[in-house]
Amino acid sequence: MTMKTVFKKTSGLTDAPTHYCPGCTHGVIHRLVGEVLEEMDILEDTIGVASVGCSVLSYEYFNCDMTQAAHGRAPAVATGVKRVLPNRFVFTYQGDGDLASIGISEVIHAAARGENITVIFVNNAIYGMTGGQMAPTTLIGQKTATTPFGRDVSIQGSPIKVCEMISTLDGAAYIERVSAHDVPHIQKVKKAIRKAFETQKKGLGFSLIEVLSTCPTNWGLDPAESLVWVKDNMVPVYPLGVYKNKEGVK
Amino acid sequence: MGKVLMKGNEVIAEAAVHAGCKYFFGYPITPQSELVAYMARRLPEVGGLFLQAESEIAAINMVYGAAGTGVRVMTSSSSPGFSLKQEGISYLVGSELPAVICNIVRGGPGLGNIQPAQSDYFQVTKGGGHGDYNIPVLAPASLQEIVELTKAAFDIADRYRTPVILMGDGMLGQMMEPVEFGERLDKEQFKKEWATTGTRGDGGPKIITSLELNAESLEERNRNLQRKFARIKENEVRYETYLIDDAEYIMVAFGTVARITLNAINKARREGVKVGLIRPISLWPFPEKPFIETRGRVKGFISVEMSAGQMIEDVKLAVNGFAPVDFFGRTGGVVPTQEEIYDKIMSVTGGVTV
Repeated sequence: MTMKTVFKKTSGLTDAPTHYCPGCTHGVIHRLVGEVLEEMDILEDTIGVASVGCSVLSYEYFNCDMTQAAHGRAPAVATGVKRVLPNRFVFTYQGDGDLASIGISEVIHAAARGENITVIFVNNAIYGMTGGQMAPTTLIGQKTATTPFGRDVSIQGSPIKVCEMISTLDGAAYIERVSAHDVPHIQKVKKAIRKAFETQKKGLGFSLIEVLSTCPTNWGLDPAESLVWVKDNMVPVYPLGVYKNKEGVK
Repeated sequence: MGKVLMKGNEVIAEAAVHAGCKYFFGYPITPQSELVAYMARRLPEVGGLFLQAESEIAAINMVYGAAGTGVRVMTSSSSPGFSLKQEGISYLVGSELPAVICNIVRGGPGLGNIQPAQSDYFQVTKGGGHGDYNIPVLAPASLQEIVELTKAAFDIADRYRTPVILMGDGMLGQMMEPVEFGERLDKEQFKKEWATTGTRGDGGPKIITSLELNAESLEERNRNLQRKFARIKENEVRYETYLIDDAEYIMVAFGTVARITLNAINKARREGVKVGLIRPISLWPFPEKPFIETRGRVKGFISVEMSAGQMIEDVKLAVNGFAPVDFFGRTGGVVPTQEEIYDKIMSVTGGVTV
């Protein structure tokens, strides 16, 4: 009987076991990025930029050259890398605290410059690594360590919608929001990541994929409930879809 | 090329190009903006790249990214902007990346003014950002010396995998003097196997990071850094002395102020006062040796600074109590005059010492 390989580990990831909490979708998103880099055969030409937060150790998981950036600064670091090595693929992997709060300036200006890099933006509506505090993406009414009575618009303002905002910039070439809460959607996540790297390959400019993700630990929900919470609570606030596709990347 | 008349800030930029720097990420701030503008015009001519960042924080992090690819890269700023770069500088040290950062110091604190000052001395020589670290700091006193020290800054950066600070004051940045660049300076080659340029044909992935979650491992990393700092202290001390062999009093000054102090010394010498000068060129590592060598034959030191008294602490550490250390300084962007330094010499020495 001939055995057929139907599933294997991607060469886009190292063998290092990840530190992510059970039920967190970082692992899934990592794998999808790794698969895309492997399938496009660009792993050896890629330099990734890790951020601060839960994904701080992603430099140990992606099987390519990696640089660890200061909190929020990954798009600036990636700019430095890409401007020296314009024919390499450069991506950042950032959470919502990193990108939408302290690093909002760096990501806006990288997009405005049309920096030919890809940003993988993982949005779980909360600060994970520091223990579940409010993020700029925290939903109205959502309880966190620093919004114990729920996020109140009159006090903490409204969630920042990164895709909507970035897509207004001329330098933004491919902007899509996807969600990792079930299998059909996970397949769309991979397609979106692939389109982002294709955009970079064609030199079209800045690409950003926002992936709605879970944080069972800080949400106080079990992994299955967390996936439902993304679908029921996050997707209505953060509508999925392509926000910018400048050159009609397919 | 011969001698050309140039502005200090532009000399720094051209010297960096001569040293093989092809990448510059910066943000305009007075009194160093000519440096940024010069690079914007000059770097494309040598196949390099200039990029104006959205902030000093972004600029230093672009430098971090570029440095990680192994190229010679530079940024520059002035005091308030330099403060913003501290985060990135600490990361450059922690990740052991070479880069040159120029600080053309102006009056502070806060927004201060745009006049020359040296009041960032503590910030550049005592770390500045978070964590245990020191950075080599070179402080030229003339535009010709800028040419030599800019090259030295890039070499030190590459040799030790460290950021290096080139520190001047607003006067040095704005003055014009004839300078000679000579031939291109980037002859010494440094292998950078650690650089992240993609793994193709290159073995396994390389990682640039300053993160070390295990306390013992981070301590070991810090010990390695301290060993490196010790090597730098051993090998990279620079200073100049003037008439110290018979001096009874020694002035200590760096940068622009050293030149003014030199004139005051010459005037005092004409009056029979035996006074000399130690001019630290590397502010870190601070040149302790010339101080120690005068032990037993010098009656006192006078630190002259464009600050409220910062370098004086390093002078006192070097002197370690064997002689009194006096101070004269102007702050807020005021440049001391030759006359007031002369008066200080006279009041400390009591006039004729022959």
